[in-house]
Amino acid sequence: MTDLPDSYGRIVATLIRLTGDWNLAEDCAQEAMAAALERWPRDGTPDNPGGWLMTVARNRAVDVLRRSSVEQAKLREVAMLFHPGEQHEIEDDRLRLIFTCCHPALALEARVALTLRTVGGVPTADIARVFLVSESAMTRRITRAKSKITEARIPYRVPSGVALTERLPGVLAVLYLLFTRGYDADGEPAFADEAIRLARLLTGLMPAEPEVAALLALFLLQHSRRHARRDAVGDLVPLDRQDRSRWDHESIAEGRALLERTPVTGPYAIQAHIAAGHGAAGSDWRSIAGWYDQLARIQPTPMVELNRAVAHGYAFGPQSGLALLAGFEGYPAVAIEADLTAKAGDRDRAADLFREAAAVAPSEVERRALLARAAEL
Amino acid sequence: MKYMMFVCTDTEPETDESIVPDIFTWVAENDASGRRVAGNQLVSPSSATTVRVRGGEVLLSDGPFAETKEVIVGFDILECADLDEAIAVAAAHPMAYNGRLELRPYHG
Repeated sequence: MTDLPDSYGRIVATLIRLTGDWNLAEDCAQEAMAAALERWPRDGTPDNPGGWLMTVARNRAVDVLRRSSVEQAKLREVAMLFHPGEQHEIEDDRLRLIFTCCHPALALEARVALTLRTVGGVPTADIARVFLVSESAMTRRITRAKSKITEARIPYRVPSGVALTERLPGVLAVLYLLFTRGYDADGEPAFADEAIRLARLLTGLMPAEPEVAALLALFLLQHSRRHARRDAVGDLVPLDRQDRSRWDHESIAEGRALLERTPVTGPYAIQAHIAAGHGAAGSDWRSIAGWYDQLARIQPTPMVELNRAVAHGYAFGPQSGLALLAGFEGYPAVAIEADLTAKAGDRDRAADLFREAAAVAPSEVERRALLARAAEL
Repeated sequence: MKYMMFVCTDTEPETDESIVPDIFTWVAENDASGRRVAGNQLVSPSSATTVRVRGGEVLLSDGPFAETKEVIVGFDILECADLDEAIAVAAAHPMAYNGRLELRPYHG
């Protein structure tokens, strides 16, 4: 059985290039999928399922265009779809589609939604649920993004040279946001799988870009904890308390192998190395602290600095971590201070700090966890 | 594709003046390449007159139709292959640094 979502994106990408019509491309891809679901169980799966689907979608596009006589030029192009040597062009089409969906002239959320819809073939209703809007609102958002692509003439192409260097981080940011939408407490787990699928696709399409492979490695490593991240009532379990035997060790091995052959050229590789530092046998805090030092140099955000303090506290003793916390106030700095103070053996002060952190924690789940830590002391 | 580029002020301009490109170079380059069809600065917004016709009566008011801190101070008509090319032309304009530019496509 062929990978249906994969075929969907392939067909949409190619039909957009040939017809310039996003809606037509999606309609025809959907109809091809529906035809497969109806006929394959009855007639058997064809030898070349992907080619079968592309042919059905192309014929459908030709039918539609034939009825609107002004589209003669487009019709000729679609009819010429399967010329020898076109396979390479079709591969490029998906890259064109991803870069167009992730164009920075579109709003960030629209980019994520459009990528899910057109590249991934994810139903609009599912996308709407994760963005906490109605299906009709999400339909409008996606329609508006497609109209802007046509009306403002956002090019259907992969940028080259300097422009590629400028645009690639934006594409990776969309995949990263998609992944976190699947990974977050209230997210849609299927979106994390979709992000991994797209990162795999992009890694195959852009083998010369290390940050693409690094992002895939990061996803695989973080996703490997999915079965250990929640307790029986669904609360998040912090990394140091997770049952590491429940991690997906196949996913970890794949992520690590990928990372080993990927040079470190940007933030995703560094984050992946940090994630790889947590192994089945324990966490290599010295290595993790070193990677956080590197990350803080290129992304000196408060969140990175705080995580760096944690890593240093666990690698070189609580005092090293506490020293790096100087100047930070509020949540989560006070929770980290509480943890490192407990590690340093000052139980009374640590309990006070855990209670202080609980009072300012942003969620009920975190508040409960912090009060539990205070009670343990 | 034609783009109307509105040249606007911004309350938070670029502070490093040394990196702001020169307007005469920008005009010369884009006139030569044919990407700039027309364009000019506008006289200050205080010279603007807003015109409406309601119930058959011509109603005039003094000043621009929107009272904002950011005002339109100029325009250029660009002829570009696609939005990426228009963005590249806009990003090389000094007012991309000192203000902001809005690219609006039109059919023409």
